Amino acid sequence: MEKRISDILDLQKISTEIRKDVIRSICEAASGHTGGSLGLVDIFTCLYFNLLNHDCKNPEWENRDRLVLSIGHVAPVLYTTLAHSGYFSKKELLTLRKLGSRLQGHPGRDHGLPGLELSAGSLGQGLSVAVGMALASKIDKRENRIYCIMGDGELQEGSIWEAAMSSSHHKLDNLMAIVDRNMLQIDGKTSDVMEIEPLSDKWTSFGWEVFQCDGHSHADIIHTITKAKGIINKPSVIIARTIMGKGIPSIENKHGWHGKAPTKEELSNFIDQISRSHEI
Amino acid sequence: MKYSNRGYMATKEGFSEALIELGEKYDDIILLGADITSSVGMDGFANMFPNRFISMGIAEQNCIGVATGLALSGKVPVFSTYGVFAALRTTDQIRISLCYNKVHAIIGGAHAGVSVGPDGATHQALEDIAVLRSLPNITILSPADATQTAQATIAAYDQCDGPVYVRFGRAEVSNFTPSDTDFKVGKAQLLKEGWDLTIIATGHMVWEALLASELLSEKGISARVINMHTIKPIDIDIIIKAAKETKGIITAEEHQIIGGLGSAVAEVVVKTNPAPMEMIGMNDMFGESGQPEELMDKYGLTAKSISNKAIELLNE
Repeated sequence: MEKRISDILDLQKISTEIRKDVIRSICEAASGHTGGSLGLVDIFTCLYFNLLNHDCKNPEWENRDRLVLSIGHVAPVLYTTLAHSGYFSKKELLTLRKLGSRLQGHPGRDHGLPGLELSAGSLGQGLSVAVGMALASKIDKRENRIYCIMGDGELQEGSIWEAAMSSSHHKLDNLMAIVDRNMLQIDGKTSDVMEIEPLSDKWTSFGWEVFQCDGHSHADIIHTITKAKGIINKPSVIIARTIMGKGIPSIENKHGWHGKAPTKEELSNFIDQISRSHEI
Repeated sequence: MKYSNRGYMATKEGFSEALIELGEKYDDIILLGADITSSVGMDGFANMFPNRFISMGIAEQNCIGVATGLALSGKVPVFSTYGVFAALRTTDQIRISLCYNKVHAIIGGAHAGVSVGPDGATHQALEDIAVLRSLPNITILSPADATQTAQATIAAYDQCDGPVYVRFGRAEVSNFTPSDTDFKVGKAQLLKEGWDLTIIATGHMVWEALLASELLSEKGISARVINMHTIKPIDIDIIIKAAKETKGIITAEEHQIIGGLGSAVAEVVVKTNPAPMEMIGMNDMFGESGQPEELMDKYGLTAKSISNKAIELLNE
């Protein structure tokens, strides 16, 4: 099982290095989803380096906690975190989106990347899969936990709410959803494209316990998820406030960076910005 | 004729029996119900193994994702509802969650074909084969009668390791498959040898094909009858052999002609041994309300229309 890192400064350092590798790999691929990937780095760091029970040397360990990434387009943050956790070499991150790579544009398990729980990319499907995993764990009386990472725009998909209803109906307290609430989607603000508020009330009315957290504060992420683990008889959702493009001030909160890759010329400047953000 | 009707049964009865048999043998089989549990033949299992039946409500898209999650956790989920919903409302979930993840899950597509009857067009699955056939990694089984539906359902568990769609109907139809018949996924059955032409049928149309061969025989025409119980992977060898050895092929299915069994057979024939073909099925149209036999008759899904088409084909 992986060692837990609890020191917040250490976790922040890991996040900084992950951010750099995320944009290096997307830049090398010359395509990919920069904004959302950067926005989720702190949450992924907390999950893989502190919260999840997992073992990079035994990725199929049956009692592992499982992370289902429903928003497959932010694959770079998953791949980079897996590489930094020891599942495969960091060098492989530079094969992202290339022919023959195990790092597909959206996760594809048939390419054999260790640590990948689900092939996904069509929005609105991950929570249902997580429900299935949580049900299986209940049937087998396993103590593991299933985490599902979703986007806020993704919540516009109706199937999410089918899954939400079934999670509380079956009292899946081993299931935790994390919503990447960056307020943006491809066409602009979620509030302009299709309003999803009152979001907390929606989840509450679907029978979930709702938590809010600062998706860039490692302390708050760990504290909130740990608190949510104590909830019994119902699933929990963490609405994590995040900033699309976090770590590179010049692109933060710009929805144009949803699916854009940095150019080679931009890369060194972006790396510098990430380093400077960390120092602040 | 070698085959005889041992009685009328809905093919869903075979699905129902097989699920109980699987439930008794294997602990990892889990059923997902979408509110029409008894109507699709899952109630027997649900009553016997309540801890392995999970009620999911009227939410088919979610069911496919949940099935994927169960399968990724070592279970063999079975999800069944009417084929129109099981295959079509959920197509994206089947494509990405089930097929791209290549998980072993069984989908029961009930109420296949116009023989669903009075419920009308909304509930008659006529496009499920066409849509699902194009998805990588999926196996599609379309058994001919209740006995074979049971065999196919067992085979979906025993012989497959990816997603499987088992298609069956509502109407009571002739049950003629001997219970000791071997069922091999991907290996069609030669039900009757013949040398003038070949009838390749699937589902309820197999019995009609056998009856058609009798009608043809009275006219001195020797028709080969093949039961294509697996639509995907299709039995290429038996098709090539028929194309070479007989003067033409007629396909018969309770499904749209576009994209169904006929298309699958034609894809093989044109590549290997072009031969005259005719296709019997729904001709790019919706069904309607009526009694099953009235509808089968109206849409030309009968032994008589197969035999007429055969004569036309041989006269061309």
